[in-house]
Amino acid sequence: MSTFEFTILIAIGSLVAGMIGALTGLGGGVVIVPLLTLAFGVDIRYAIGASLVSVIATSSGAAAAYLKEGFSNMRVGMFLEIATTIGAITGAYLAASTPTSAIAIIFGVVLLYSAYSANKPPKDLLTDEPPDRYATLLKFDGSYPADGGEKSYRVRHVPAGFGLMYVAGVLSGLLGIGSGAVKVLAMDQAMRIPFKVSTTTSNFMIGVTAAASAGIYLHRGYIDPGIAMPVMLGVLAGALIGARILPGAKVRTLRLVFSVVIAALAFQMIFKGVKGSF
Amino acid sequence: MAQSQAWGDKRFEVMMGRLLRFGVIFAAAWVLAGGIHYLTQSGAAKPDYKAFHGEPGGLRYPRKIIREAIRLDARGLIQLGLLLLIATPVARVAFSVIGFALEKDWMYVGITLIVLALLVYSLSSS
Repeated sequence: MSTFEFTILIAIGSLVAGMIGALTGLGGGVVIVPLLTLAFGVDIRYAIGASLVSVIATSSGAAAAYLKEGFSNMRVGMFLEIATTIGAITGAYLAASTPTSAIAIIFGVVLLYSAYSANKPPKDLLTDEPPDRYATLLKFDGSYPADGGEKSYRVRHVPAGFGLMYVAGVLSGLLGIGSGAVKVLAMDQAMRIPFKVSTTTSNFMIGVTAAASAGIYLHRGYIDPGIAMPVMLGVLAGALIGARILPGAKVRTLRLVFSVVIAALAFQMIFKGVKGSF
Repeated sequence: MAQSQAWGDKRFEVMMGRLLRFGVIFAAAWVLAGGIHYLTQSGAAKPDYKAFHGEPGGLRYPRKIIREAIRLDARGLIQLGLLLLIATPVARVAFSVIGFALEKDWMYVGITLIVLALLVYSLSSS
């Protein structure tokens, strides 16, 4: 296979990944690393570098659409960014000393969790409890437009959310993914933020988190232009197409099918990681 | 909470969104141009990514990447586009400092500056 064919094939694979990622809400990043390592035999370090770059592209590319809706909570996002960026820097440093087979196994486990969590219907866990001390101090409580006017919400369990966000950052830095599933866990489950707000806020955070580890990956020589180029362009184009056809798509079936594919990739990553062939 | 603040917030956010989209489109176009240059030059070669070698020093640090791009090295050009892409969320955080300062929310100016410092640390450390 020549470099030309290799590049075109990776671009096509990334385009499909980006499109399905946007349609299912799972993000294209989660399948880029398995695609590059399992199908193209690329070293996992190059794969993670390319995936990180594509995560930034989709996050920043989607932000314009999200921001117009005006649901994101900038204060919550910025405060939690402290946790995710410190986590991302930790994860990027850890990546250098963690054996690649261990990274493959952790990757598989996170993939399984993402596939599982994407199929749970979003449910708002709003509460009438008294305001959270930290949330009040940090001016987190807000409102968002819903049918019948503004709907206000209160943010809970700030320390737990902050801790989970650190974990999301570490995973993002270690694996080169957006860690959307863990971010949603922190914001929806722990902090009780309505999912319309948490999804858009997490999209903004994913790009900043990925940028924090991308710098370190760049210095370490993990970001190869020859691989990152087709991955970034493919995922970005796929995500834009996906967002465009989203309104008419049968998302539930697609999400289920994609989850099965992800689970299969996850088992293969874990299996190869345990065998030590990464 | 004053209505005007929420409005200012939103207008600022829409502007941020446009900035980010512009950054991404610009970076993608740059990477595509570099990619075409790269493929016309070395498209026939055999790809070698099975074993990890790490990038040469010229493709690892912002200043050196710019130098490579100026000499129109194909891989350097792509890398500069990727660097521009990495810079878009950083720019957004930097602009958020201004946004919070316009609202005179000094606590959040501080919080945003911490995030910005972490990002700058990551991009400039070696």
